[in-house]
Amino acid sequence: MTASVFFGCTFIAFGPAIALFLFTIAREPLRVIFLIAGAFFWLVSLLLSSLVWFISVQISNKESAVQQKGLLIFGVVLSVLLQETFRFAYYKLLKKANEGLLALSQEETMPISIRQLAYVSGLGFGFMSGAFSVVNILADSVGPGTVGIHGDSQHYFLSSAFMTMAIILLHMFWGVVFFDACEKQRWWAVAAVIISHLVVSCLTFQNPEYVTSLVPTYVILFLMGIWAFYTAGGSFRNLKLCLTCKDKDFLLANHRPR
Amino acid sequence: TRIFQSVNCVKLLYAFLSFAGVSCNSVEKKIYVHLNYTVSCVRLLNATHQIGCQSSLSGNVGVLHVLESEENLDWVLHSGPNPPYMVILESPLFTRSVMMKLKNGSGRVAGVAVVAPNTNPAEGFSPHTTCPNENTGVYSETYEPTMANCNMTVWNPLGNGLSYEEFDFPIFSLKDDNDTQVIRQCYLDHNRAGNGSTPQYPLCAMQLYSHMSAVTDTATCMRRNAINFSLNPEMVCDPLGDQNVWASTRPLNNTAKGHKMWESVVIAAARLDSRSFFFDIAPGAQSGVSGFVTLLAAAHALRNATQEAQPNRTILYTFFQGETFDYIGSSRMVYDMENKQFVVDLDNVHSVLEIGQVGLRADSKLWLHTDPVSRRNESVNKEVEDLIGNLRSAATGLNVTVDVPGFSQPLPPSSFQRFLRARPIPGVVLEDHQSAYTNKFYESMYDNAENLNVSYPPNLTPEEQLEYITDTAVTEVATMVARALYRQAGGEESQLSSIKADPQIVTKMLYSFLVRSNNSWFQQLVPSDFTSYLANRPPNFYVGVVQQSSEPTLLVQYLLANLTGSTINITQDNCKNQREDESDKMYNYMWVQGAAPPNSTEREGYCVRSTARLSKALSPAFDLEQYTSKNFSTWTESRWKFIKGRIFLVASHELEMLTLGVGVGVLLSSLLVTYIISSKADILFSSGREPTNATY
Repeated sequence: MTASVFFGCTFIAFGPAIALFLFTIAREPLRVIFLIAGAFFWLVSLLLSSLVWFISVQISNKESAVQQKGLLIFGVVLSVLLQETFRFAYYKLLKKANEGLLALSQEETMPISIRQLAYVSGLGFGFMSGAFSVVNILADSVGPGTVGIHGDSQHYFLSSAFMTMAIILLHMFWGVVFFDACEKQRWWAVAAVIISHLVVSCLTFQNPEYVTSLVPTYVILFLMGIWAFYTAGGSFRNLKLCLTCKDKDFLLANHRPR
Repeated sequence: TRIFQSVNCVKLLYAFLSFAGVSCNSVEKKIYVHLNYTVSCVRLLNATHQIGCQSSLSGNVGVLHVLESEENLDWVLHSGPNPPYMVILESPLFTRSVMMKLKNGSGRVAGVAVVAPNTNPAEGFSPHTTCPNENTGVYSETYEPTMANCNMTVWNPLGNGLSYEEFDFPIFSLKDDNDTQVIRQCYLDHNRAGNGSTPQYPLCAMQLYSHMSAVTDTATCMRRNAINFSLNPEMVCDPLGDQNVWASTRPLNNTAKGHKMWESVVIAAARLDSRSFFFDIAPGAQSGVSGFVTLLAAAHALRNATQEAQPNRTILYTFFQGETFDYIGSSRMVYDMENKQFVVDLDNVHSVLEIGQVGLRADSKLWLHTDPVSRRNESVNKEVEDLIGNLRSAATGLNVTVDVPGFSQPLPPSSFQRFLRARPIPGVVLEDHQSAYTNKFYESMYDNAENLNVSYPPNLTPEEQLEYITDTAVTEVATMVARALYRQAGGEESQLSSIKADPQIVTKMLYSFLVRSNNSWFQQLVPSDFTSYLANRPPNFYVGVVQQSSEPTLLVQYLLANLTGSTINITQDNCKNQREDESDKMYNYMWVQGAAPPNSTEREGYCVRSTARLSKALSPAFDLEQYTSKNFSTWTESRWKFIKGRIFLVASHELEMLTLGVGVGVLLSSLLVTYIISSKADILFSSGREPTNATY
């Protein structure tokens, strides 16, 4: 019966990511390649941070609760910084790769724009980090038990799934904003991405009060979403056009063969 | 392991990073509490039946219910709203009527856990049958119809037969300790319905794993054992069995089997094994230990007398294994004697004296049980009378009185019956009961030190308890048995008064077999590679499967060697290779640890030369491949992968469905939204600045 919890949580955590993958990425091989490469870069950052973690746990005093808590905060901050470093490294790599692609390409324009790359690599980061944060939990959600014998909230699985969904989407938005900021050399925007990432990660220290971690995370998600929307070229006007279905004339007016 | 650690580290890290608040525990630890002490009832099979318990392959899960009274069963069986239930029983409720109601509980029972009390129940408890080994003793329809099936005497009237029932759910035993307290607390916190209302989710539940591989009966499982699909054949069951222990007062050439000319042996027998409902607990204090400790003490008392003035006949001490399960050990020895596979044959057997349950004597009385059927033969009767006479005169001057039950009463369940099945050998079975057992806990987990009244003053260290002389009753019986055996073997009268069992040795043995086998005395008497088997608890006397010798078998062999043998001065290598200068095949050599001398930590080992040997105790049915045999034991034990249990909370069905519903909702709506967005990406993301590249 607890298979329903497993599928429920999987759908919550990965539903949006799967939908995005299906409709926007799966059809174009180049995007799939960059998605996987992004996921790989995130994995490398994880490898480095777990190495540091492994060493620091070994040399720390395991009895001291204060030290262990400090170690945990250190681990989180370090990991976030490493992830953003690797996002930057990936950006640099993509710039180089794009030049190469352009040289190879028969067409004059680039086969994939830097904005598309930002979105695809952000989603790759999100996929991998989402998988790593929730797979352990999903494995145990199959049951037969649920969390709570030591007095924890029984909404643990549900809130974990929602948190993962937020993190996947956030990585996507961060990717878009970060790449754009790098492109335009707006370093304050890069800083904003890093800080919001730190804030979201540190919010999880509020667990097991899930409301106090989930609500601010979703507020940040919403704000980042709007920012990413505008960065990606969206605007309120476009949205209105889209929603009021006045897009046909617009489409005709802007139509050009691709 | 280093790689494994780092993988774990990565996992942990991510548990931390994304959901850092969950402290250092993994998710599994937040959900489950594993039970430390899991003793289960397992499945055994014979020619026609399977008995015992099993869970499903993935373990049985049920909502906990602590049963308070028999009336409370209605909640489990009918009215409770959250079946199936995992029933926690206090031991007074572990009765046949409750268990049979649960057995017929129509799928509303997921399993049972019995909380073993710290003191024995006053009213007695025996999960065995009323007529132990009913069909494999001597009293069959052909031998004497009036005595078959315990027609004359019901030996174990308290027996409720639970051990021989088949349950399709797991049954575990819990100690009354922290684990049990956690379970009770979990029940009280979550499952206790306040005045008539139904309890609210989440509920506390338990999962018990004890899946058994074998099914139906021995013939089926042995056939499945023989099927080899792969290089490593998957076994499903193993025959019960072990090794018998034997020693003789005169060395016998063990390489020459079969009849020995001019040899006449008096067999002094006792049984080694016991059982209870749960396979891992079989203290067998009265049913096994009292008898074989008496025989060991008697053998020790006879050491000097038989070496100084060798009697005409040889005394053969035998300790039979697996007697609980249709006389595995004795039937094998008789079979071997008949087929010239044992060191002597049945023609060499002069008489049999068996020591049964002798620990609980009312008015210091012992009863000499004999077989009325074979005594109809005049010559046999005379031999039996002689043996009784020897026992009677051995008892004079001791605090033991012997008496014979009514002439027409058949033998109680005993190994001697297997000898009688072969031929009318004269013999006596020594018991502390006239008819029904005085043992109120026959083959149960309560047949322990407390049942034998072995107790120690408080505040004694284990070493002081070892030396503390608890009881002299068994010593008296041992002295009597030793003297009677000596007379029966034709020894000289003058030696009799010097034959005395040592109370120190007896109490040390009782302590070691009933309280803890890991003590300084046993450590001296065993080889160094055996010390890891010594434990701070009494040994488990369940016979186990034939592949490995159980701890009690080897302990008894080492004890018998030390108590009847002698120390000889040869090197460790020669000792281990069974070599002395001459007389190679007559003796068995054993290098034991010995004691450490004062101001030294190094033990000084020595070589013990004795006649103590092991012989096979596997039912002949398995050698003959007669898995439906009516003459021999056909018991097998099923194999299992693991036996374990854990408790946790289960969420309500509504919450689970809500989670699934939300998940499906999120998935469908994101599919829809993404489709719309991607189909209108042209419009949405078209700022004037970068029209061509903004398409997604």
